[in-house]
Amino acid sequence: MQMNVRIRAILIALVILLCIYGLFGLPKFPSSFAQVKSNFSDRIRLGLDLKGGTHLILQVQTEEAVKQYTDQTLDRLRKQLTDEGVHFEEIREPDDQHINVVNVVTDLTGKFQDDIRQGYQDWELAPTAGQVSGYTMSLRATAIAAIRTDTMHQSVETIRRRIDELGLTEPVVSEYTRGQDEILVQLPGEGDPTRAKLIIQAGGQLELRLVVGGRTYSSPADAYQSQANGLLPPNTELLAGREDRAPGQPGSSADVYYLVERYAPVTGRDLRGAKSVPSSDYPGKYEVSFSLSNAAAKRFGEFTEANLQHQMAIVLDHRVYTAPVIQSRIEDQGRITGGFDLAAANDLALVLRSGSLPASVKYLEERTIGPSLGADSIREGVQASMVSLAVVMLFMLVYYRLSGLNAVLALLLNLVILLAALAYFQAVLTLPGIAGVILTIGMGVDSNVLIFERIREELRNGKPNPSAVEVGFNRAFLTIIDTHVTTVVSAAFLFIFGTGPVRGFAVTLVIGLIANVFTAVYVSRTIFAWHLARMTREAELSI
Amino acid sequence: MLEFFGPVNINWMGKAKFFVSLSLLLLAIGTISLILHGGPLYGIDFRGGTLVYVRFVNPPAVSVIRSSLAQGGFPQANIQAIGNINRPDIHEVVIGLDERELNEQKIDAGRQAIEEALKRSFPVPDATKPDLNAAGASAISDTLLRRDPLGFGAAATDRYKAIASAITGFRDSQRGGLLAGVDDLRAPLAASAEVQAGRGGADAVLAVLRDSFTVGSFAIRNVEIVGPKVGAELRQQALLATLYALGGMLVYIAFRFEWIYGAAAVLACFHDVLITLGLFSIFRFEISLTVIAALLTLVGYSMNDTIVIFDRIRENLRIMRRERLADVVNKAINQTLSRTILTSGLTFLTVLVLFLLGGASLRAFSFAMVVGIVVGTYSSFGIAAPMVVAWYRWRGSEGTVGAGSLAGSRGR
Repeated sequence: MQMNVRIRAILIALVILLCIYGLFGLPKFPSSFAQVKSNFSDRIRLGLDLKGGTHLILQVQTEEAVKQYTDQTLDRLRKQLTDEGVHFEEIREPDDQHINVVNVVTDLTGKFQDDIRQGYQDWELAPTAGQVSGYTMSLRATAIAAIRTDTMHQSVETIRRRIDELGLTEPVVSEYTRGQDEILVQLPGEGDPTRAKLIIQAGGQLELRLVVGGRTYSSPADAYQSQANGLLPPNTELLAGREDRAPGQPGSSADVYYLVERYAPVTGRDLRGAKSVPSSDYPGKYEVSFSLSNAAAKRFGEFTEANLQHQMAIVLDHRVYTAPVIQSRIEDQGRITGGFDLAAANDLALVLRSGSLPASVKYLEERTIGPSLGADSIREGVQASMVSLAVVMLFMLVYYRLSGLNAVLALLLNLVILLAALAYFQAVLTLPGIAGVILTIGMGVDSNVLIFERIREELRNGKPNPSAVEVGFNRAFLTIIDTHVTTVVSAAFLFIFGTGPVRGFAVTLVIGLIANVFTAVYVSRTIFAWHLARMTREAELSI
Repeated sequence: MLEFFGPVNINWMGKAKFFVSLSLLLLAIGTISLILHGGPLYGIDFRGGTLVYVRFVNPPAVSVIRSSLAQGGFPQANIQAIGNINRPDIHEVVIGLDERELNEQKIDAGRQAIEEALKRSFPVPDATKPDLNAAGASAISDTLLRRDPLGFGAAATDRYKAIASAITGFRDSQRGGLLAGVDDLRAPLAASAEVQAGRGGADAVLAVLRDSFTVGSFAIRNVEIVGPKVGAELRQQALLATLYALGGMLVYIAFRFEWIYGAAAVLACFHDVLITLGLFSIFRFEISLTVIAALLTLVGYSMNDTIVIFDRIRENLRIMRRERLADVVNKAINQTLSRTILTSGLTFLTVLVLFLLGGASLRAFSFAMVVGIVVGTYSSFGIAAPMVVAWYRWRGSEGTVGAGSLAGSRGR
């Protein structure tokens, strides 16, 4: 047999060393067994199903962001047309992605069309069917896609900032490719997701707005009836909130309504920081104090000075929390009072610091795996794998004798390479991943059996040892390549089109199969060559 | 040389009719069961709904849980005790709520109702204190840090963290997540180096724990909530991924052999999956994402087996140009028979061990594997190979198959 056993052996030794390094790190002598063990468990990352923790999938309601964009465009266009004297009868929003402008004054339609083409490239302009001088603007598909992508990025970033502040170990926040607009959040070791879920879902949109009229209303109807002409003043809106009062004091618990200006001089974007502090009004309770950036502080100073003795509403997620009266010029500090307990105040401060979500989120899926269940799964999985591996190896040794030893070495090396590759690629080992490992062991055994049975067949046909081994390996190699490539092809499809657990299965399977071609063919053959070189031609091969 | 099987000479293709009838019978039984049960029994992943696994110190009265849940507004809750032959001391119950009871806006409403019902039925001894069985390592270490029972003073943080994780580690991996009382912790605490380093020892720590925590009689081990939309999405995606994978294999085999070989191999795999699904329906195992992984694994095994035989057919075709294809195929199956039996036997043994020792979380998975290996091995010679022979016989080229393109151009 023509092969350089020494070079092959060196290559194999290198692979083994590399794997051991990947799994255990550089051995520091004297290193304790516990150190080695902890290195190992640090490097093999376990999935949530084995480690325990919380797995959440949430959906960002990106259509809200699209609607918001349409709203803003409508406001901008109305203002521009009014300023330029391009008269129209009505401008409205039939749905979230369209704007109708009705009855544009006929001698200025050219200017109208130019305006849209220049300033509103995201919109497609077409005459409205059945109207003489009516136009419909449709949001282009590319613009919708861009808004969606943007909203998703922002949401992921915001949620990540919030989760990071919780101080958990190795949380995962990422876009999830399974469905549309989904985000995956994994919180390893977190057994009770209630708090994390509230924090993720909080909108965090802070606005400071002027209260109009200086009073509250018991219902929207009350608010409308209280106005002179039954209509709300221009540029105002009604927001629900609570009446300012100490917690525990008598008073109705129902919502009251505030009439506030649409314009917000200060929003969450202007915040420099937020923290919870003991409440100055209600002993034992907490409130959130926030500070503004320099630019916003200047603006806010002027605003408060101009509106002394007016009420200012502190609006969080379209709900009025408090509406204190402005007593003096305020520069850069504000408070959100409401008799929070410490945890709620802390969480609100955290949400404000991390910025607001561009759209609301909804939970689609929630899984909590208790740490004891994970520990059980690992123990049972490892136990079962060990027993079955032992059974397989014992059989190989009995049935194929010295060659069986060869197969056992190849199998063990296969597992070592598989684990090391998982460590190098920082892949995550999950329960279905263990299924991949089992399939790998199965195919490893199969490769060895294929080769050995073929060698036996050639020996029966009277071939001498070296050529029987060579023919056996050569013929079996083609079969092994075919079976392995087929399985890798299917695993690749599973990886591309599958998600979560199915992917974990595909990853371990592909790594295991590649390792198996190396161990069952290359390593095993090297050992055979080394052995053959050392025995006489007439001696019986131990197979 | 230890050998179980010498050279054999079995006319496999002569029994093709028997094999096909057997397969049709199995498929029919599975289909009837599927029809009677109204389709496959999907697990929560594919169905949507809420599942809460609860472990109890003492065997719980299911009727108590049921009436408490009915009070909480979920009279239809499905409550099942999970037995474990290997661990008779473990009492676990799984409470399931249907997908119809999920609230789109607030999908964890069911879980909260279940938790409250359990707290009502199995109250902790002292409701003012946190439950030690539900406490995380950080809560325990915070408490210890505040009370400092071992007098560590300034250097306490890391030490109490280590003690707290020793406590949760013992609770979760030795006691299955459930302590019967604070005194259970005496042995692991006494063995801890950190505890030994402080004054007061295990007794001081136990006293603080007893003072600050109460010990509840149940622990929630696992919660799964899957929204209704997700279930349908997952079902579709798993199906698509599997179909694409089968398609990919078909193309590769068609490229390496001939298209009929690819078609036969994929059809055989399909046959295996269908029979396994039928057996799942008969034995009322639920189809979860893990089971999908098992089905994919068995597709891998079955494909592997089939290709080994096909490879041998291809090799034989080059040297047996004058023989009938049926004979060539018979010879290939006989030549690889020892390998087939050894490999399948060994892998069967492996998954049988998994089935018997693998615990509840792997039960459905290993069942699929046990069935799959038997069926997958059988389908290689019982379905895939006869299909290839039947195709060439139908084409009328049986006698001169040696001149076919497979033997000529595509060989080595």
